Amino acid sequence: MRRNKLSNAIILVVLAVLFILAPLLYPNQSVPFQMMAFMTLAQGVNLLYGFTGYLPFGYVGFFGSGAYGVSILVLLLHWSVIPAVIGGGLFAVVVALLLSPLLRLSGAYFSIGSLAASEIVYYVVSNPNMQNITQGPYGVNLAGIYDPNTSYYAMLVILLIFTAVVMYVKNSTFGMSLLAIKEDPVSAAMAGINVVRRRVAIWLASAFAAGLVGAVYGWYVSVFYPSSVFDLTISIFAIVFTLFGGGGTVLGPIVGTIVLYGLYNTIGVSSPQYFQLIYGLLIVVLVMFLPQGLTSLLKRRGINVP
Amino acid sequence: MSHDSLLNVDQVVKRFGGFTALNGVSLSLKKGEILGLVGPNGSGKTTCINVISGLYSPDGGEVSFHGRSIAHVPMFRRALLGINRTFQIPKPFKALTVRENVEVAGSYVGQRRRVVDDPIDFVGLSAFADGSASSLTSGQQKMLDLARALSTGPELLLVDELAAGLNPQELDTVAKKLTFLASQGVAMIVVEHLLGFVNQLTEHVIVMNEGREIFEGTLSAAAKDPQVVAVYLGQSEVNARDDRH
Repeated sequence: MRRNKLSNAIILVVLAVLFILAPLLYPNQSVPFQMMAFMTLAQGVNLLYGFTGYLPFGYVGFFGSGAYGVSILVLLLHWSVIPAVIGGGLFAVVVALLLSPLLRLSGAYFSIGSLAASEIVYYVVSNPNMQNITQGPYGVNLAGIYDPNTSYYAMLVILLIFTAVVMYVKNSTFGMSLLAIKEDPVSAAMAGINVVRRRVAIWLASAFAAGLVGAVYGWYVSVFYPSSVFDLTISIFAIVFTLFGGGGTVLGPIVGTIVLYGLYNTIGVSSPQYFQLIYGLLIVVLVMFLPQGLTSLLKRRGINVP
Repeated sequence: MSHDSLLNVDQVVKRFGGFTALNGVSLSLKKGEILGLVGPNGSGKTTCINVISGLYSPDGGEVSFHGRSIAHVPMFRRALLGINRTFQIPKPFKALTVRENVEVAGSYVGQRRRVVDDPIDFVGLSAFADGSASSLTSGQQKMLDLARALSTGPELLLVDELAAGLNPQELDTVAKKLTFLASQGVAMIVVEHLLGFVNQLTEHVIVMNEGREIFEGTLSAAAKDPQVVAVYLGQSEVNARDDRH
C-alpha cells in the first residue's frame, strides 16, 4: 500500500511537470491542452469501463453537455467562469442521472444504448427551436471569457484530480466492490454490496469528469458548434486510449493517450484517412488479442502496475 | 408458526413462465438448527434457497426473518440482515485476492458479531490468502464462497451443494466445520445430494419433489416413507444394479 502511495505521488508530479513545461517547449499550446483533455476523458472512461465493464460509446454526450452547460451559465445566467465550469460538469451529472436506467443494459447493448442517448442529447442541443438557449446549430461564442492560459491550467487541475480519483478507486474498498460487481453482480450483492447504488455512483463520477473536461474545453476554444463538441470521434479516442493502455489501472489511460495521441499528431494530421484505418484496426486487434491493454503485458509478468 | 423461529417460509410459490418451481413450500428454522433439503434434480431445492437469499422474489407466500417480512427485500440488504449463502457453482471474485474477496464482503456489515474471527483460516485457505482467487481449485473456490459468506457474520447460512466434488476426507472436515457453526448458533439450510453427508449434519430433513415437500422428519424415517421411496425408486434400482456388479 505504501509503495502504491509513492508511485501514485510520482505519477501526479510527473504529469504536472510534463504539462507545465509542455507549452514552453512545444510551439502549439493546443496540442498539450488536447492531450490533457483526452487523458482526463480516458480516465473517465477508465472509471466506468475499467472498474465496472460498461463501455460508454456515447461518452461524448457528457463532454458536449459540459461545454453547453458552460455556455448557458455564462451567456444566459451571467455566471463567472470558474463556477460556470463546475456547473457545466454538474450539467453532465444531471444528464447522466436521467440516463442512469441505461445501466440496466449490459455489454454491447449498453454501449449502443449510450451511443443513442448521446445522439438524443446532440439533437436536442442542436435543434433550431432551442436557439434561445443553446443557439441551436449555429454554435456558441464565448469570446467574453476567452482565456487560453487560465483554461490550460484549469484542465491540468482537472486531469490531476481525476487521476487521483482513479488512484483512490483502485486502492479502496469501493474499487474492490466495483470489481466484485463487474465479476459477478449476484455474489457481490450477497457480499452486502449495494450493486445499483455503486454502479450509479461511478457512472455519475465518470460523467462529471467528461462534463468538466467539456466545460473547460468550451472555455479554452470559446467558439464551438454542436457538431464539434458532440463529435463521436471524442468518444472513440477516449475509449481507444483507455483500451490501448489498459483499463482498471492508473497508468493505462495515461500511456494510451501519450502514445496514440502522439501518433495522431504526427501521422493523423498529415494523412488522416490512414490514421482512421489504423484506429479501426487497432480497436479490433485490441479487443481480440489484448483486451486488458498494454499494461496487462507487464501484469502477466507479475509486475505491479499502478 | 412458532415465535422463537429465526426463519419462516410460508406457502411460497415461485413460477417461471408456465413452470411452477415451488408450489406452496413452508418451513421454519430456529437459531443453530440445521435443516437438510434433499430431493431429486429439479425438485426445487435451489429455487427455495434462491427465494430465501433474495435472488428471486416469490410469486406467492411469505418469507420472514426474525419475524419481519423479507420477501421483497433486495439481496444485499438480506446479507446485511444476516442471511448469506454459498453457490452451487462457486463464484469467487477472480480479479481480487483470496483475502480481498473476504474483506470486501466483510467491510459492509459493520460490527456484527462474527462466529469465526478469521474466515480464511477457518476454511483452511490461509496459505493462499494473498494469491489470486482465480488460482484456486474448484474445491477451494467453494471454501472461499463459504469464507466470504462467513465474513458477513450470518445468522442464517444457506449451503448449496457444498459437498459435491469433495473427497471423503474433505467431506468429513466440512461436516465438522458446519456442525461447529451450528453449535455457535448459526442456522443452516443444507441442500445436498449426498445423503451420508446430510446424515452427518442433522436428523431434520425435508424431501422435496416437483416443487412440493413430500416428507419432513428424520432421514432414516424418510427412507421408509413410501412416497419418498417412489420418488427415488429409479435411483434405488440403479444403485441395486450397481451393487450386484
